[in-house]
Amino acid sequence: MNRSVERVAPFAFGLIALVLWQGVVWVTHTPSYVVPGPVDIARAFWQARGALGSGLLSTLAVTGAALLSSTVLGVLLAVAMAASPLFRSAVQPWAVVVQVTPVVAIAPLIIIWVGQPFLALVVCAVVVSFFAILSNTAAGLAATPPELLDLFRLNGATRWQILFQLSLPYALPYFLNGLRLAGTLALVGAVVAEFVAGSGGFASGLAWQIIEASYRLQIPRMFAALLLLGAAGVGIYATLGVLERVVLARRNRA
Amino acid sequence: MFALRQVAKVFSNGTKALEDITVEIAPGSFVALLGPSGCGKSTLLRLLSGLDAPSGGEISWGHAGKPAPGEIGYVFQDATLLPWADAAENVYLPLRLRGLSRAEAMPRVRAALAQVGLEGFEQTRPKGLSGGMKMRVSIARALVSEPALLLMDEPFAALDEFTRHKLQDDLLALWRRTGKTVVFVTHSIYEAAYLANRIVIMTPRPGRIATTLTPDLPDGPGRRESAAYHRLVAEITGSFQRILPV
Repeated sequence: MNRSVERVAPFAFGLIALVLWQGVVWVTHTPSYVVPGPVDIARAFWQARGALGSGLLSTLAVTGAALLSSTVLGVLLAVAMAASPLFRSAVQPWAVVVQVTPVVAIAPLIIIWVGQPFLALVVCAVVVSFFAILSNTAAGLAATPPELLDLFRLNGATRWQILFQLSLPYALPYFLNGLRLAGTLALVGAVVAEFVAGSGGFASGLAWQIIEASYRLQIPRMFAALLLLGAAGVGIYATLGVLERVVLARRNRA
Repeated sequence: MFALRQVAKVFSNGTKALEDITVEIAPGSFVALLGPSGCGKSTLLRLLSGLDAPSGGEISWGHAGKPAPGEIGYVFQDATLLPWADAAENVYLPLRLRGLSRAEAMPRVRAALAQVGLEGFEQTRPKGLSGGMKMRVSIARALVSEPALLLMDEPFAALDEFTRHKLQDDLLALWRRTGKTVVFVTHSIYEAAYLANRIVIMTPRPGRIATTLTPDLPDGPGRRESAAYHRLVAEITGSFQRILPV
């Protein structure tokens, strides 16, 4: 099949689905507080664009701050674990415990303990996302070819030289892969934490827009916020994917 | 003079890898360590590099203590180049680790690349090099620090036969030109016979020295076809038939 046809296919499919959806809603006279049609959703989106836009910005701010913190935390832990087997055996099980605990379950505690709402949301999002960076970076550090480690040692390399000139560069593709996963996980963490915090929290993110719209039975607006959230997730994933490709292509050009 | 005296190596899991290895390696010699897989040849090479310590016996590098940084050149079975660095950067690596500036090092880097026949490929990354060329870069990287001892661990085993023959010839020429001391691990009888002026034949685990040959093959282009080379191959094959269980 033609490549350009393949590229257009998902959009064409989406468009057909939207048309069908709207058609069914019109034909069956389904009220918009049960299932709104795409036209209602678009209208709600336009009407609430200010609140939705600032909601998106607020959620993205939390996600961005969390991703940054996860990167620092994940890479530092991975390097420390690679450097010290004792540290690794002491910390690894706890990192897994944090990872497998549902964030919904610990978000209320985090929100109470941290107090400051923005920071509390960031901490929740970090809890969800840092493990992806930690485990991927750790795998990358462990993938350093042992022959090159020998070569570095034969030439009297210090630990820092091995770390910065060998292990970290080798771990870069693994780290970037982890970063991409962590980006979407941080968004999920931020939204979950916003839901748990509810009106007692930051009360400005996209999740809050969904909660508020549901309280008021503004189902089209709920859908609009939901779609925006989905688009944000896809956007983060795609952006980090581009970053990954550009960085690796720059480094590996022959 | 490099010397191993009654060297033994027992791994932490109790496996006896090497037993009672005594060898003296005269400066300028080309020693092949020959034996079947698992006979401890690579282990012996690592001991000679100072990367691992023997469990018994002693190793001398002609001075007190361990080898200094750069005193040992090591070529691995894979070229193991840094994929993100070009040929010159890869060869510069050992000097960079020892604190030489790029300006100081580059003449030596270019000379090392020229020694392995890679002039003009300084700016090429490993991706743009063939398997044989990558191995040449790897050899240049080992030579750039002008090591007293060049250790090679089955460096040509992964190459096709034509490339292997070419690299063997070039390595011989390089050895004659520079007078380096080379210890070359291989499991190929042909390779050991072709390259070395001293062949140490090892038994399967635990690795011991079965016998040592000091062949004297004619130099020059006819070496691979010479009767002396084929007699040597037959002689080595015969000694393996005596030590290996049928």
